Amino acid sequence: MIQYLLLLLPIISALVIVLSSQRAAKWIALIGSTASLIVAAVFAVQFPHWTTGGFWPDLNTSPILGNFGVDLKIGVDSVSLMLVLLTVFLTPLAIAGSFSAITTRMREYYAWFMILEASMLLAFMSRDIIFFYVGYEFTLIPMFFLISIWGGPMRGPAAIKFFIFTFLGSVFTLTSVIFVAVRHFDSTGTWTFAIADLVKFSSTQLSDKEQFWVFVGLMSGFAIKTPFFPTHAWLPLAHDQAPTGGSVVLAGILLKLGTYGVFRFALPMAPIGAVECSTFFAILGIIAILYMSLVCWVQTDIKKLIAYSSVSHMGFVVLGLFALNPIGLQGAVMYMVNHGLSTGALFLCIGMMYERYHTKDMEQLGGLVSKMPVWSFFMIIFTLSSVGLPGLNGFVGEFLCLMGAFVAEHDQPAGYPGVLGPWYAVVAAIGLILGAMYLLIMLGKIVWGSLREPHGQEHAQDHAQDHGQAHSQRAEIQLPTDLNFREIAILAPIALACLAIGLYPKPLLNAVEPCVKDVLVNYPAVIDQYNAKHGLVNPGAPVKQAEAKP
Amino acid sequence: MSSFLPMGPKIVVLIPEMIVFGGSVVTGIIGLSRSKTLRKSVPFLAAITLLASLVALAMGYSYEAAEQAGVLMPHFNKIIKAIILVVGIGLVAISVGHIDRRMEEAVARGATTFDPMRVVRGEFYSFMLLSICGAMLIPGSPDLIWLFLALELTSLPTYIMVAMSRGTRRAQEAAVKYFFLGAMSTAIFLYGFALIYGSTGSLQLSTIREVFADQSARGGIDTLGITGLILCILGFCYKLAAAPMHFYAPDVYEGASNPVTGFLSFIPKIAGFSALAVLLSTVGWSGHAGFSETGALISGLPAPILATLWMICALTMTLGNIGALLQKSVKRMLAYSSISHTGYMVLAIIAGPGLGFEALLFYLISYGVTNLAIFGALSGLQKRGEDVESFEELSGIGRRYPGLAAWLAIGSGSLMGMPPLLGFWAKLMLFMAGVQAGHTPLVIIAAINSAVSVWYYLRLIGVPSLSPPGTSSEGVTKGPSSWPRFAGAVAAVTVIVLPLFASRILGNSAEFAPTNAKPTSATTPTAPVATPKQTTENSPQETPRQIDTQIALHSSPTRL
Repeated sequence: MIQYLLLLLPIISALVIVLSSQRAAKWIALIGSTASLIVAAVFAVQFPHWTTGGFWPDLNTSPILGNFGVDLKIGVDSVSLMLVLLTVFLTPLAIAGSFSAITTRMREYYAWFMILEASMLLAFMSRDIIFFYVGYEFTLIPMFFLISIWGGPMRGPAAIKFFIFTFLGSVFTLTSVIFVAVRHFDSTGTWTFAIADLVKFSSTQLSDKEQFWVFVGLMSGFAIKTPFFPTHAWLPLAHDQAPTGGSVVLAGILLKLGTYGVFRFALPMAPIGAVECSTFFAILGIIAILYMSLVCWVQTDIKKLIAYSSVSHMGFVVLGLFALNPIGLQGAVMYMVNHGLSTGALFLCIGMMYERYHTKDMEQLGGLVSKMPVWSFFMIIFTLSSVGLPGLNGFVGEFLCLMGAFVAEHDQPAGYPGVLGPWYAVVAAIGLILGAMYLLIMLGKIVWGSLREPHGQEHAQDHAQDHGQAHSQRAEIQLPTDLNFREIAILAPIALACLAIGLYPKPLLNAVEPCVKDVLVNYPAVIDQYNAKHGLVNPGAPVKQAEAKP
Repeated sequence: MSSFLPMGPKIVVLIPEMIVFGGSVVTGIIGLSRSKTLRKSVPFLAAITLLASLVALAMGYSYEAAEQAGVLMPHFNKIIKAIILVVGIGLVAISVGHIDRRMEEAVARGATTFDPMRVVRGEFYSFMLLSICGAMLIPGSPDLIWLFLALELTSLPTYIMVAMSRGTRRAQEAAVKYFFLGAMSTAIFLYGFALIYGSTGSLQLSTIREVFADQSARGGIDTLGITGLILCILGFCYKLAAAPMHFYAPDVYEGASNPVTGFLSFIPKIAGFSALAVLLSTVGWSGHAGFSETGALISGLPAPILATLWMICALTMTLGNIGALLQKSVKRMLAYSSISHTGYMVLAIIAGPGLGFEALLFYLISYGVTNLAIFGALSGLQKRGEDVESFEELSGIGRRYPGLAAWLAIGSGSLMGMPPLLGFWAKLMLFMAGVQAGHTPLVIIAAINSAVSVWYYLRLIGVPSLSPPGTSSEGVTKGPSSWPRFAGAVAAVTVIVLPLFASRILGNSAEFAPTNAKPTSATTPTAPVATPKQTTENSPQETPRQIDTQIALHSSPTRL
């Protein structure tokens, strides 16, 4: 039952918020989301499959379209659970981070926030592909309202662009899923949308061509959500214009829905399609890493810089996923969690700075370490984590993704051949240097150097009005020069988590490993066959396995 | 087969329609009463009539009687009638307070005395009930004359309703346009009926089906028959507001008052779809259905008809959506959106009985209820006694009337197919039916279209709820009656809640297959499922009944 409690808690909190007063809204949201965190922690403690793989609770179904196999099945494996934990961990922090920034229509804001949490949890916890889609798609609605009511001056276009891009992609995902379900019905006579059944059916029974198109369909949704290189156009605007809390959730969790979709559906459902496309997507990932780093380099707006850096970082995840070996996939999952922590935290930091200076322009800021040492301390930690400094969390995922791509050669004796190779890793590694460069330049400009602050208080008030928030209300909240206790309490847990994962990632890696192997169960044979078609024979591969492809 | 069917079962089957017809007479008379209370009760009387009819349908409908009365698809017939009645009650509710508003206000002020010659409320509801009655008669029609009369009974009152819905010249213009184009479409499908008669020598749909089955067994339906069917489809396209007969829709929808627009976008549509289903059941799916090589159920429509429907489907969705993108008026936008939804539903017609009909019915329910939410909200608003029409007038009304903005938002969300609202499940089933029938390209076109539609539905969410109030939205106030808003609220809640009961409102998909054809050879329910080869050959000794059984048995694996 605890899994349903976890899903219902945010919805109940949202209802309570709607019925409560404007003043109480934020506290109810904080309590509700913290309660979710506690419930999720209990859930995680009870979870029996941390190191063995597999789903828990085993199967609880509540039929919705019973005749058509659409059941509300809830259950997690360790990868889902990690993302669930990331969600419930970041949501209360993002809510607390909105306390001073959101001064209008507070009830609505916090209610939408709780609904957003519920739909993300549904997407991560669902074992029915339609309910995954329900959660995945419904995140658009709260996010649309969060951006278009409490966003920056360009909030309207940003929200619409975000919505339409994502919706456009996901209808193809839905079509692919329906295709697989119908084929499953045609051949077995029963309707089901259970992920496990469809994955098993699709990966073994569909022809090469069908798998290819199923994969393309699935990816067109996930590629936009992640976002992959050419479909990222919605992201910078949406991140930039969203309120701080929205940006945190958007970058920290929502982007992971895309890569989670790749991990959970696209890769296991259509191994042949994935292998066919893997060089293409890996190259897209590398382009994202390098090109977005260059774009970041010339940004003057800090929030935009972090937004573009997200695209660049997701490039590493893509590279890791399409390495199609356990190392790469483990790296990708680790990177998903770590990127959620560090980028979410960076957006929180920028939000806190913005509330004081009302500018995100790097040219107007400088030497803040002398004014705000505590803030600067956190900013440096999270930037370094984002850069991938060994000892902090970012390094683990980045290293594993690159290593996965590096060893993904056709003649790997370890049992997991691949279609990439050292060159992919070498080129992508240039991104590490570029990443360090633009992030450290940003730090150098705003944290160190001589003190620069934007001039005059009127300026700040203009900005406040720009954002549709009466400045009289804004002026009520007096913020100290440096971070107050609330803000430190928000950032400190994330910093601790970054440090802990960076120093001792082994438990997480162990937890991910069995799930990764489940995803890759069909791959060695398929990849060997694909390579053989291109004249690259894996000497270590059992010949029979290559022929056993359905 | 005798063309005279027994009268007894026919009357039993038609009791719901008779109740509606009686109600229409009574409302027409009571509307002229000098007593204000009686006049005011007219809409409630209409709603009670529909409710009574619904009860009669639920209590008295028997499949045996329907089958004896020559109804081709008894289960389909029952569900269509139920949908029409339930949505009809909502449509009556959203029109309360609109008709004769000026006159009643003047009488209440004492500016004038009541003049039965100048009021139309009674007639309006009377025509509304007549139109509903016509729509209810369609799915059960046993012959072409019946089908023709029922379609005309559906359409003729709507022409008048458009004209009397409000006193502006635009409404008159719309009514005239609607009437002339409607008459033309009637001529087209009537000509089609004539050709079908020429080809088959019968007006009885069941006989027509047998003759067509004979013809296709001997090498294909003749040109006369095919031409007739295609003309009928084109004629019906007018009722559906489907391309290429959709051009009237934006003008007419804009000219009519909001509740009437809501009526026009649903009742003629469901009438057209049931007519299409009834007519196509003479050639289509059940007689000739088979399994493709992959084991998928393919709809056995003759190739020219399939091609026509295919093009209608693709064009309608696309043109509807592109048109809607460009509109400034909410009602024109909704008109185009209704065109595009017609396109989606044609996909279900192509997919045929079984999953396709189930999807069609579910989509009709979803579309009807969602439409009620949107038109309920729109009808619940007024600007100095006039309808609210443009997006500017809706701008920022969410600040004053959050409920109405919410109904609009929920309605648009459902129309765009946002999970977990009703529209999503309807679209999901529709896509499933389309893919299962082997029309994945059409499904992809539909998917792209539903993504395009997001753009204009977002405006219907964003403008009322998010935009600041503008100058043109200042005079917008609540309408005189709270019934439209109440109906909108009920519909909006239904849109959210109904998916939970979705599996209960739909029966077993095998029940949707036409059942009237008499088996010509002995069949047993345990007939082995044919291999794909046999069924696609259309062998003459295979009766429709046999294939119905196969459809029903399709749940067992057919692949080797």
